[in-house]
Amino acid sequence: MKVVVDMERCQDHGQCVFSAPEVFQINAAGRLEYVADPDDALREAVEDAADVCPLQAITIED
Amino acid sequence: MPTSSQTAPGVVVVGASMGGLRAAEQLRAAGWSGPVTVVGDEPHMPYNRPPLSKEVLASDVTHPAVAFRARASTADVAWRLGTPVASADLAARTVTLADDTQLPYTGLVVATGIRPRRLPCPGPVAGRHVVRTLDDAQNLRAALRPGSRVVVVGAGFIGCEVAATARGLGAEVAVVAPEAEPMTRPLGAELGAALRRRHEARGVVFHLGRTVGHFSGIDAVTGLVLDDGTALPADLVVEAVGSTPNTAWLDGNGLDLSDGVLCDALLRVEGRPDVVAVGDVARFPNARYDDVPRRVEHWSIPTDTAKRAARTLAAHLAGEAVDGEPFAPLPAFWSDQYAERLQSFGAPGLGVDDIRLLEGDFDADCVVGYHAEGRLVGVVALGGGAAATAARYRGALV
Ligand SMILES: Cc1cc2nc3c(=O)[nH]c(=O)nc-3n(C[C@H](O)[C@H](O)[C@H](O)COP(=O)(O)OP(=O)(O)OC[C@H]3O[C@@H](n4cnc5c(N)ncnc54)[C@H](O)[C@@H]3O)c2cc1C
Ligand code: SF4
Repeated sequence: MKVVVDMERCQDHGQCVFSAPEVFQINAAGRLEYVADPDDALREAVEDAADVCPLQAITIED
Repeated sequence: MPTSSQTAPGVVVVGASMGGLRAAEQLRAAGWSGPVTVVGDEPHMPYNRPPLSKEVLASDVTHPAVAFRARASTADVAWRLGTPVASADLAARTVTLADDTQLPYTGLVVATGIRPRRLPCPGPVAGRHVVRTLDDAQNLRAALRPGSRVVVVGAGFIGCEVAATARGLGAEVAVVAPEAEPMTRPLGAELGAALRRRHEARGVVFHLGRTVGHFSGIDAVTGLVLDDGTALPADLVVEAVGSTPNTAWLDGNGLDLSDGVLCDALLRVEGRPDVVAVGDVARFPNARYDDVPRRVEHWSIPTDTAKRAARTLAAHLAGEAVDGEPFAPLPAFWSDQYAERLQSFGAPGLGVDDIRLLEGDFDADCVVGYHAEGRLVGVVALGGGAAATAARYRGALV
């Protein structure tokens, strides 16, 4: 699975982190970091993360 | 019970916004592979509303920029947009559209949200705006100019966000509201006062403890007169005075529609195993707090309720046992006013009588805790990094 976060849109809300902590993290500087090619087993969690992003910045490009 | 998806009419979702979209997606995630039809009265595919009081007023934003991305699993969902559902017969399991089309269903999802309440005051109608739909926001944007005299009626989140955005565009902005401080009901008076001071520092003028008597003007609003006789000139008025749930189409079915549609702890519309409700229109108990059913107008709720309601409905339609674990979501909302972020977790509105400053200073960055019976029920952070700051308290919340 391929995940893309539009970092122009992302405002570091961090909501995605609660849904898929294996994939999304807020680093010490307060900015989002993420795994771009997570295991397919995490698909449901990543879909949930994309749903809860207030900026709708996360896309899943299979 | 046969549940063949070939012959069954399938699930009808009424309301094609965030709640309706999430319900369709979550029905698929919950294993429902039969037909899903989403009926919506707006002409647009589902889009995100928070930008309407922010970016959409401040710049030229069109539908593609605010449209929700839909999960691939919803590729076969049928969308019937541009026509409202006029009525439903829950005993016969049908809904009827305003163009008289009748749709039978095996499962029904209520996702019709709310609409802005309008002021009943006398006077001209032209020049009076609300902000709920993309069309509303684009109309308001077209009318807003630097130097426009804008009066916002209502000092809740939407009123205050519109005031901030209009001020940012160089409009002269006044806010009129009956409360003593803005956003008192959700946030309490102390934080409301702090937010008022931030608005005032940017030049917004508040008329609190006041209501509108009437609008003046012949063909269009040129001003309004408050209950104490104060006359305010206005080129345009924004009414942000609360909302009315869209439930008239459910009338005549014996439901409790006194404030949205009453649901049980599994989001079933009471007494109906085949009807669930999601989003702003649903009045449901949150087992995290108590057994009082409430409507919750936060962005997090359509997604949370859709997930739970879809599981409830999909299990019923498959003839399986419905998971009886009561729904207990952790609400979350945010608000952007000027460059300031406000982030909330939990239910601060339930703890406004026992507010404690947890960090910082009301007039700078701060974290505020809301308590009920001594327990932390809500936390609100204001300022830079508010989202991450508030998130640190998530684990401590009831
Ligand atoms: C301007 C604005 C700013 C906001 N900002 C924030 C924010 O910053 N943070 C936050 O947490 N939340 C915010 N919210 C709240 C959030 O957007 C809502 O909670 C969310 O949109 C609710 O989604 P919903 O699908 O339940 O209802 P709605 O989005 O209201 O959708 C209901 C849909 O049903 C349609 N409908 C109604 N009646 C019928 C009928 N009879 N037949 C067919 N269709 C019908 C409606 O036209 C509408 O499209 C904001 C809301 C607004 C309006
Ligand atoms: S939820 Fe969205 S805005 Fe927030 S950190 Fe994740 S991607 Fe960025």
